[in-house]
Amino acid sequence: MAIPFLAAMLLAMRLDRGTSRAASDAAHPGFALRDETSAAGIHFVHHRPTFDRKIAAIEPHVAALGASVSVADFDGDGKPDLYFTNSQFGAANALYHNRGDGTFEEVGASAGLADLNRAGEGVSMGAVWGDIDNDGREDVLVYRYGYLVLYKNVDGRRFVDITAQAGLRRWMNSNGAIWLDYDRDGLLDLYVTAYFRSDIDLWHLSTTKIMHNSFEFATNGGKNLLFHNLGGGKFEDVTDKMGVGSTRWTLAAASADFNGDGWPDIYLANDYGPEELYLNQGGRRFVLTTAGLESESKSGMSATLGDAFNRGRLDAFVTNISARGYLFQNNNLRLNQMNESGRFRNVAEGAVADAGWAWGAQFGDFNNDGANELFVANGFISADSSRSYWYSMSKIAGANARFFEDASTWPAFGNSSLSGYERSRVYLNRGVAGWIDVAASVGVNDLYDGRGVAVADLWNHGGQDVVVANQNQPAVLYRDYPDSSNHWIGLSLVGTRSNRSAIGAEVVLETGGLTQRRIVDGGSGFASQNDRRIHFGLGAREWVDRIVIHWPSGTEQVLSRPTIDRITTVVEPER
Amino acid sequence: MSEATGLSSAAPNGVVRVWQRSSRIDPRYLIAFLITLVLVTAQLRYHMLGSYDRLVVALGVCVLTETVLSLFDRGKVVNLLSAYISGISLTLLLKPQGGSLLPFVLGGFLAISSKYVLKYRDNHLWNPTNFAVAALLLLAPNHISVLSHQFGNDVTTNLLIWFFGLIIAARVGVLHITLTYVASFVVLNTLRAVALGQPVLAEIAPITGPMYQLFVFFMITDPRTIVRGRRKQVTVAVLIAVMETLIRLASDKGWALPTGFNAAPAFFALALVGPVAKWIDLRANAKRKTAG
Repeated sequence: MAIPFLAAMLLAMRLDRGTSRAASDAAHPGFALRDETSAAGIHFVHHRPTFDRKIAAIEPHVAALGASVSVADFDGDGKPDLYFTNSQFGAANALYHNRGDGTFEEVGASAGLADLNRAGEGVSMGAVWGDIDNDGREDVLVYRYGYLVLYKNVDGRRFVDITAQAGLRRWMNSNGAIWLDYDRDGLLDLYVTAYFRSDIDLWHLSTTKIMHNSFEFATNGGKNLLFHNLGGGKFEDVTDKMGVGSTRWTLAAASADFNGDGWPDIYLANDYGPEELYLNQGGRRFVLTTAGLESESKSGMSATLGDAFNRGRLDAFVTNISARGYLFQNNNLRLNQMNESGRFRNVAEGAVADAGWAWGAQFGDFNNDGANELFVANGFISADSSRSYWYSMSKIAGANARFFEDASTWPAFGNSSLSGYERSRVYLNRGVAGWIDVAASVGVNDLYDGRGVAVADLWNHGGQDVVVANQNQPAVLYRDYPDSSNHWIGLSLVGTRSNRSAIGAEVVLETGGLTQRRIVDGGSGFASQNDRRIHFGLGAREWVDRIVIHWPSGTEQVLSRPTIDRITTVVEPER
Repeated sequence: MSEATGLSSAAPNGVVRVWQRSSRIDPRYLIAFLITLVLVTAQLRYHMLGSYDRLVVALGVCVLTETVLSLFDRGKVVNLLSAYISGISLTLLLKPQGGSLLPFVLGGFLAISSKYVLKYRDNHLWNPTNFAVAALLLLAPNHISVLSHQFGNDVTTNLLIWFFGLIIAARVGVLHITLTYVASFVVLNTLRAVALGQPVLAEIAPITGPMYQLFVFFMITDPRTIVRGRRKQVTVAVLIAVMETLIRLASDKGWALPTGFNAAPAFFALALVGPVAKWIDLRANAKRKTAG
């Protein structure tokens, strides 16, 4: 009897050793991601905010967000540029203009997008770009712990603050926003998520009772807001009318037509609570549906959309927290089965389920083999590596809400780390064989506290370069070197009846047994926005049978045998 | 008026009758009822299982292991209530990496087989669930975490479980163990917090969590692994709380303890103190019998 008992003990030990081996590299991932941050001239360093001394004991926790990155071709030269947000009073946001020769030039100050972190106004948490007036120039909304601010792109070089005229001067403690055209009127509408309650000024607290009222089902966060674009640069708050005012501490939102009815829906990743899916009812109202999301309450950090298994659907990847011994919430890879069962089915297991304290994530076909990989940034707070706050966190995490709703009752953070020094993960998609982490072998070794992650073809070279904004640390740019024998195709969409940025357009590629779906990104992941151009890897296939573009206006456009290995501009047909 | 009077005089009798009748019930059935109540409440209100396959696997492995080993060891299948309680406890307590079911297989097997392997004078020394969880946390912390937050941090669920838990602990005759441990926990950790200059509320907060509910109602009060005699039981409960405080102090000081000690100090306190106390108790009883 003792023999099987001992065997079980040994198996448990072996199980754990297997974990490190499971992280070992795949032999031939078919791509490399090289850190070319310095060579590209990107020297952005994020600085975290400081708040009211009343919450000094847990300030590292409260001030642990704000490093974001978004991609936009703000000057319309066909080369994607980068915008990073900073979060300390006086620290500048950075706008990096892509020179096209592999280097970037910081032009934030001259563009008027640098000085956004000021007392009384707030500190930046992220930005989303979209052409709000269809004038062919990308405008930008910056969400803050503080007032929202909307900048109009005047001439591709300068931006002017039009927040007040737009009716958007609202104080929110926001960590996310997306553009979507929910009523398909050709104008981009705005959905802004809220984290802390919007009546809280973190620099002038009247109470320290500002924290969540549950680690699992908290509903006392700020209220998310939906603004309808009325045209003429004006917006109207339609949150209550449209039924999308969640107060579940939303950290990320993403939008797509998940159920194929032609109307963009909204998917939310909520901290301290279950994810939420709001289905669009013909642009008249949204209805909160369960869709299988209610059964797992976790700590949703990032909402990423992508066709995980080439089914021609947009699936959702939501990051969560895993900490050895303490907590395995596991990431969610939810297959979109809305048309069949009205549900999403979580199929995350093994390596892809556990990335650490995961933040921003994005799909991208890094090796151009025709299947999406996943890049996941990790790590919460890296301070004294010999002291972990997890032990302190475990004291209150299971307790009654009264013990942690008040920030003053939390154990002092000191200089502890909390899931710090965690490396990013790069998951290679092997289809039914599962996902394996190839980060080390492709060259991703940094231990920064990653937050926003954006994917873009920065050099128009047919790769999916990755930019990571790290909290209180330098940003990193990984240039993608995909297998040169694989082919690809890029599309730059221009809306006419739809919004000019084509945000929300869904593109389906079909060729040689391969079907893939992509969406033009109006903001996704955590505090990030990808290149709005669409990229498909083709593997060895030397042609594409056809591409179908589902424009937000409802127009369906078919491209037959488009040219591959280049980026093609496609204009939406007028009729 | 008279009806009201009649009702008020009948109610206590009814309660007393139920109380008296419950004394004839095998304590294990009462404990099984309580753990089932915890499971059902947690699942209906908070979807805490994650998936039902965990429950099926943990219960199945525990029951199968108990069946096979009892047949092998005693030539008959023993009452499977203990396996049922262990299976549900493991389902509630273990949080696996990546949704893996293997920890439930290993945990179920280790829990039940520990009763047959780790024995002294035909008595097992560890509470089966406590042994399995502690062993897995020590051997496979990359794959296992314990229930660190569940039940929605909600006072209603807390009160419901404490209410039934205390009644059943009283009926089973182990209420003094539960109360002694809780009182010791509060006193010792208040002192610890004051000594270290930490917020007192945060240090006594864990006792309100579900992990501790399972601990005080199902682990330290396990009738098969507690020592005999009320005074000794109270002493052991205090010693467990002292050991836990020492572990927490070591964690406070940043000692390089295995992760499991930091994540679940109460479980390791019991795993360290409980078997030693039981062994001493069994040895003393044997000596007394021999002398007698």
